[in-house]
Amino acid sequence: MLDIQKIRAEFPILSQTVNGKPLVYFDNGATSQKPQIVIDAIAKYYQEINANIHRGVHTLSQLATDAYEISRSKVQHHINAKFAHEVLFTSGTTHGINLVTNGFASILKPGDEVIVSSLEHHSNIVPWQMLCEKTGAVLRVIPMNEDGELIMEAYEALLSEKTKVVTVNHISNALGIINPVKYMIEKAHAVGAAVLIDGAQAVPHLKPDVQDLDCDFYAFSGHKMCGPTGTGILYGKEAWLNKLPPYQGGGEMIKEVTFEKTTYADLPHKFEAGTPNIAGGIVLGTAIDYLNSVGFENIQKQEEELLAHATKSLLEIEGLKIYGTGKNKASVVSFNIDGIHPYDIGSIIDKLGIAVRTGHHCAQPIMNFFCIPGTIRASFSFYNTKEEIDLMVEAVKKAKTMLS
Amino acid sequence: MTIKEIQNEIIDEFSMFDDWMQRYEYIIELGKSMPLIKEEYKTDNNLIKGCQSKVWLQGEQTDDKIVFTADSDAILTKGIIAILIRTFSNQKAKDILEADTAFIDEIGLKEHLSATRANGLVSMIKNIKMYALAFNAKNN
Repeated sequence: MLDIQKIRAEFPILSQTVNGKPLVYFDNGATSQKPQIVIDAIAKYYQEINANIHRGVHTLSQLATDAYEISRSKVQHHINAKFAHEVLFTSGTTHGINLVTNGFASILKPGDEVIVSSLEHHSNIVPWQMLCEKTGAVLRVIPMNEDGELIMEAYEALLSEKTKVVTVNHISNALGIINPVKYMIEKAHAVGAAVLIDGAQAVPHLKPDVQDLDCDFYAFSGHKMCGPTGTGILYGKEAWLNKLPPYQGGGEMIKEVTFEKTTYADLPHKFEAGTPNIAGGIVLGTAIDYLNSVGFENIQKQEEELLAHATKSLLEIEGLKIYGTGKNKASVVSFNIDGIHPYDIGSIIDKLGIAVRTGHHCAQPIMNFFCIPGTIRASFSFYNTKEEIDLMVEAVKKAKTMLS
Repeated sequence: MTIKEIQNEIIDEFSMFDDWMQRYEYIIELGKSMPLIKEEYKTDNNLIKGCQSKVWLQGEQTDDKIVFTADSDAILTKGIIAILIRTFSNQKAKDILEADTAFIDEIGLKEHLSATRANGLVSMIKNIKMYALAFNAKNN
C-alpha cells in the first residue's frame, strides 16, 4: 500500500491553494507534477556538473557526458530496449514522431498506405498527413466504436501489402482507452508494415516493454512522467534507425565533414544534432528512478481505485455521460453533462480549485465522432486521492446547479 | 451613452456582488437572456472558432453606428459577449476603435479574456475592431 500523504509531501506544488481553495490537480494527462527530488536534480546539474557533452576532454564535460549516458541506459532498461543506442533523446513525443515521419519521406512511394487510428492526438495525425502529402502515400483511419475502442476487424481489413506504417497510441489521451497494441503490432508485421506507438499517455501508468511489444518505434515525453518539460524519448529498432536518414544536420551527428561530403555519426548521435537538453535528459533518468521507487504495481493499483471511485461518483450525477467506456482504461475520465458546455463547467470548477482539462484535447476527430464540442477530462495520478475526487464531484454538482 | 459611460455603469453593477459566484450567476443570467443572433447570420463566415467555445459575431452599419449581434455555444462566453455587445454595439466606428476593454479586469472576469482560455472572446474583440476599422474606412 502506498502512503499517499507521504508521497504528496514530496510534490511541493500540491500543497498550494488556487483561488483560495486547496489545489486539486486532475490535469495529469496534460503534464504531471514534479517531486522535489526531480526539482533538486535540475539545480544540482547546473550547480555541479554543467558542461557540454561528448565534446570536451575536461573533467566537467566528462561528468556531464557520463550522467547523460547513464540516463540513456536507465531509459533503455526501463523500456527493455535491446541496446542503449536505440534510445534517442528528443524534446518530447511530437519531436519523436516527426523524426520518424521525416525519415519515412524517403521511403514511402505514391500509393503506399499509412494507417492511423481515430483515437489519435493531433500530433500523431498531422505529421503523417504531412508525410502523405509529400510522398503521395494514402492515409487510412481505423474506426472506433461507441465505447471509444478501436474496431479490430476494421483494422485487419485495412491492412494489406500496401500498408507501410501503422501508428497508434498506447493509451488515448482524450478517453483513456488502452489499445491492444501488441496484437496490432503483430498484425501489422504480418503484412510487413512498421509500427510506431505513441506512448505519451502510457508511460506515467505503465512500464512499456518494447521487445515484448515488438514495436519498431515507441515515442514518449518526460514531462508526463514526473520529468522536466522539453524532454522525451524515441525508441527505434536498430535496423530502422540505421535505415532512416538523419532528421536534423549539425554538430554531434557527424563522423566527418568536408565540403564535398559529410558522413554521419553512428547511433544514437546520428539523430542528436546540436547541444541537447542535457539537464533535462539527465533528470528524466531521475524521474524514472523515482517512479520505479514508487513502483508501477503500486501506481496502477492506486490509479485503478481512483478511476473506479471517480466513475461511480460521477455517474451518480443526473445527465452525466462518460466518453470512453471500454473496459481497458487508464485513470482518465472524460465526461459531459447533458445540455451544458464543458467550458462552462471547467470555468466554474476552476474557481473551486479543481484543475481539469476542457475542450477537444487536441483530438478533434474523436469529438466529431461523438458530435460534441469537447469534454471535461479529469486525469488522475498516483498522488491523487479519493477525497480530491469527492471535492471534484461536489464542484461539478455545484456548477451544474448554477448552469441549469 | 458613450462607451466609457456604459463601461462605468457595468463596473457599478458588478460592485454590488460580493464574490465570484454572484458575478458568475449574473453572467449566466445575461447569457440566458441575450437576444440571439439571427439564424441566417450563424454562418461559417461569422464563426470564430476558439479551442474551447465557438463565437458567432455579426456587425451591421445603421446610420453612423455599428450594431453587433453575437452568440456562443458556452453560456459563460455568451454572458460576457452580452457585456461586450452592450458596450460596443450602437456606437460609432471611431469610438469603437478608440475604446479598450480594461473594464473587464475591474469586474473580475479578466481570465475569460486571456488568450490561453481560447474561448473565442479575444478574437471576437479583435473582430469588433476590424468591423469598426472597415466601416470607418468606408465612411471616409
